[in-house]
Amino acid sequence: MTGFPIYFLILVGSTYLIRALPFSLMRGTVKSRFAKSFLYYIPFAVLAAMTLPEALFTTGNIISAAVGLLVACAVALFSRSLSLSAALSSGAALITELLLSFFSRG
Amino acid sequence: MNSFYRGLRSGVPIALGYLAVSFSFGIIAVSLGLDAPSAVLISALTLTSAGQLAAVGVIASAGGYITMLISQLTINMRYAFMSVSLTQRLSPRFRGVLRWLLGFYITDEIFAVASREEEITPSFFFGLSLLPHIGWTLGTLVGALVGGILPEAVLSSLSLALYAMFVAIVLPAARAERSVLAVVLVAIALSSLFYFLPPLTAVPSGLAVSISALLAAFFGAVFFPRTEGEVEK
Repeated sequence: MTGFPIYFLILVGSTYLIRALPFSLMRGTVKSRFAKSFLYYIPFAVLAAMTLPEALFTTGNIISAAVGLLVACAVALFSRSLSLSAALSSGAALITELLLSFFSRG
Repeated sequence: MNSFYRGLRSGVPIALGYLAVSFSFGIIAVSLGLDAPSAVLISALTLTSAGQLAAVGVIASAGGYITMLISQLTINMRYAFMSVSLTQRLSPRFRGVLRWLLGFYITDEIFAVASREEEITPSFFFGLSLLPHIGWTLGTLVGALVGGILPEAVLSSLSLALYAMFVAIVLPAARAERSVLAVVLVAIALSSLFYFLPPLTAVPSGLAVSISALLAAFFGAVFFPRTEGEVEK
């Protein structure tokens, strides 16, 4: 956890300024269609790039991670709840891991 | 004062939702090695979901200060867009310190409710923001305390929760619009190249994510420019 204060300052400072500066700097609206489209797509692009392939290697077992992610996709098809997706996905990964360790032992 | 209470009431469902999400954040932060006070401090002063989760990821993997900055700027860029759109509806009473405080509370949900107002007054806006801020901080505290007593196998599975939330944000949008789906697929393809293709694997992961995302969004803006109505939503 070395350097936490500096990480913390960068996190808090950048998060605050990116939200607060527009209120002081911007007096008009974004007109460019390109800029508007870019700003619209950026959050989805960031989250997608953060999730795959990285998430497959977070649980220390690619099979349980894949099962968890598939469950997250299935949940997202009928619900927009972040908490439900998080709970069912981790639950599925945990059960898979327990089953795998059970069978590899037996 | 009436509009302050109206704001408070509008904030109740947001605060309840935040309790649940920040509870997960608290657990995840502790599972990645942060202590409870750090996790609570991050929530109390940052008030973002994806941004905070990415931040604890960077801290846990000692990803570097530049990576922290770039990941925060790219993930939180959407807030700048929300702020820009809210500037059009602000009451003239937002001056000085109030105008600077306003930016602190821009979240997806608070923005969504505030943007339904014809004119946003300070009393409504800060009434609206108060309970979500408390809920977000409190949920993190409880999650961090609970996370400290969970067994290893459970914590390792919970590290997937973060990505499950990302899936829950991205997938419905990708299903609704083919342009979003295209952007998402390009982003995943690029980040996979950075992850598996030898010369590119040397790029630190946070930077790789940022480059992938910027290129994918650029691709989207070039090939699927959005019309006015779509952007305003």
